[in-house]
Amino acid sequence: MITDISLYEVLTVTTLLFFIGVYGFITRKNLISMLISVELILNASVLNFVFFNQYLYPEMLQGAIFSIFIIAVAAAETALAVAIIINLYRKISSVEVADVENMKY
Amino acid sequence: MNTVNFLLMRQEILLASIVILLIVAEIFVPANRKKSIVHLALLLFSIHTLVGFLPMAEGILFGGMFRNTTLIHLFKNILNIGVLILLFQSADWLQHKIFSQDRGTEFFVLLFTSLLGMYFMISAGDFLMFYLGLELSTLPIAALAAYETHKLTSSEAAVKFILSAALASGVALFGISLLYAVSGSIYFDVIAANIVQNPLTALALVLFLSGLGFKISLVPFHFWTADVYEGAPICVASYLSVISKGAAAFILMIILFTVLKPLIDIWENIMYVLAVATMTLGNLFALRQQNMKRFLAFSSIAQAGFILLGLITGTQLGATTMVYFIAIYIFSNLAAFGVVQAISQKTDKENMSDYEGLYRTNPNLSLVMMLALFSLAGIPPVAGFFGKFFLFTATASEGYYLLVFIAVANVTVSLYYYLLVIRAMFLRTRPDAIPYFKSSLYMKIGLIATVLGILSLGLYSPLYEYIHELSSKLL
Repeated sequence: MITDISLYEVLTVTTLLFFIGVYGFITRKNLISMLISVELILNASVLNFVFFNQYLYPEMLQGAIFSIFIIAVAAAETALAVAIIINLYRKISSVEVADVENMKY
Repeated sequence: MNTVNFLLMRQEILLASIVILLIVAEIFVPANRKKSIVHLALLLFSIHTLVGFLPMAEGILFGGMFRNTTLIHLFKNILNIGVLILLFQSADWLQHKIFSQDRGTEFFVLLFTSLLGMYFMISAGDFLMFYLGLELSTLPIAALAAYETHKLTSSEAAVKFILSAALASGVALFGISLLYAVSGSIYFDVIAANIVQNPLTALALVLFLSGLGFKISLVPFHFWTADVYEGAPICVASYLSVISKGAAAFILMIILFTVLKPLIDIWENIMYVLAVATMTLGNLFALRQQNMKRFLAFSSIAQAGFILLGLITGTQLGATTMVYFIAIYIFSNLAAFGVVQAISQKTDKENMSDYEGLYRTNPNLSLVMMLALFSLAGIPPVAGFFGKFFLFTATASEGYYLLVFIAVANVTVSLYYYLLVIRAMFLRTRPDAIPYFKSSLYMKIGLIATVLGILSLGLYSPLYEYIHELSSKLL
């Protein structure tokens, strides 16, 4: 627990992080930036788990353990997404969203 | 803990060993014999499916993280049969298109790993296992969607899938973290005992549902569906639409009926709106599709809306009819995708207008397609009719008359566009119709199995009673 900082202040930060991620995912025009926005969302949940564990239920480590798993899975997810994006880049030499809309409606 | 207890996860262990065995086979089989790996994988998975039918004890493992009940066991068997049929249907495609590029074994490894993830997801007893299973089932599918690396649409589909999947799982995780804050635990039992209705749990519920809604492609979260189905290889689209959707709907049912039962007042209304929106929009968009894969994508979105009807009731009857409906839906959709795959593999034609005159040149294929579409539309006496009928009965018996009315109206709309395909096949002709061709033996087995399923499941009532008996323990 951090002295002088209440759970509400911490939660404000994580919630902001979450919604910045959602906003970024919707507005960004670049596939890599969209991936970064998703990472923000995942990290907001990681922080949430750790802080809830520390502030509310310090006797058990469930939240902390969960956060380690999220970090590992997020790394795998990012690696796969980057691999797919690189594969796309080889074909069209671009990672812009506007260039990957052959299929619509 | 006794070692014998591990037999509770017999199916998971067996499937994981198959994956390892295939990797070993990839190393030791000489390059000119690589195609025989298809036969090996089919044989191993057939054995796995048969072994799955042996009775299994109920119980929990790892302090409640993993659990097995007879209903979960039955559902794993249904998924097994679905994947087996799908393998039969795609064996020919793999042998001719994929193994010639020397990268076929990965297909099986990825597909089986994804199925393994689904096992863990539906067996989960806490949110950690659920999350790991969800990711393990989603990530290999993204790799599979990009499998035809020389096609631009395949990469495009994979990019769209992985980004939306990552967003959905992130949103769901945020919801789970809020549930953890409220209840102090990630275990299903403890959460069910501790949560109460307040704004925070409502927010958690909404975030969690939007994450799972992506997997089932409910309407506000469906935008990836049609693009991914169109771009990905057909067997991957078929896997997404039946196996992945079925497993996600099943775990959603378990979580809503057990863990989030105290919030029933909230999720009942959410599900009501989602079901109506999913059915209606899925049907309206399906009306204007020309590409068969996109057409089946929107039809599967509409079917997801019907699946939700069973959830809304929150009763044992609803759960029974939903599982029964999913079992029938797996067979019907696999049949439709199987025919599309057979035709696309021989001729590369995927448009509805290409199917004109199909009955005159390939009567057997068009009959299978007709049965599949009748079953999806719900015309007696094929299985789809009974699935929908029971589902509507269960919903109406809880007093949701307006919802059933909307659903029936949607069935009528869906009948129109299913009949469009049938009209193209049977009543239209064109000079350059798809010529007669012979499918491979595996494809024939795959299609005959689906036809048998469609014809018999509806009339074989012991299955329904068996599911009903098992689902009594769920609540």
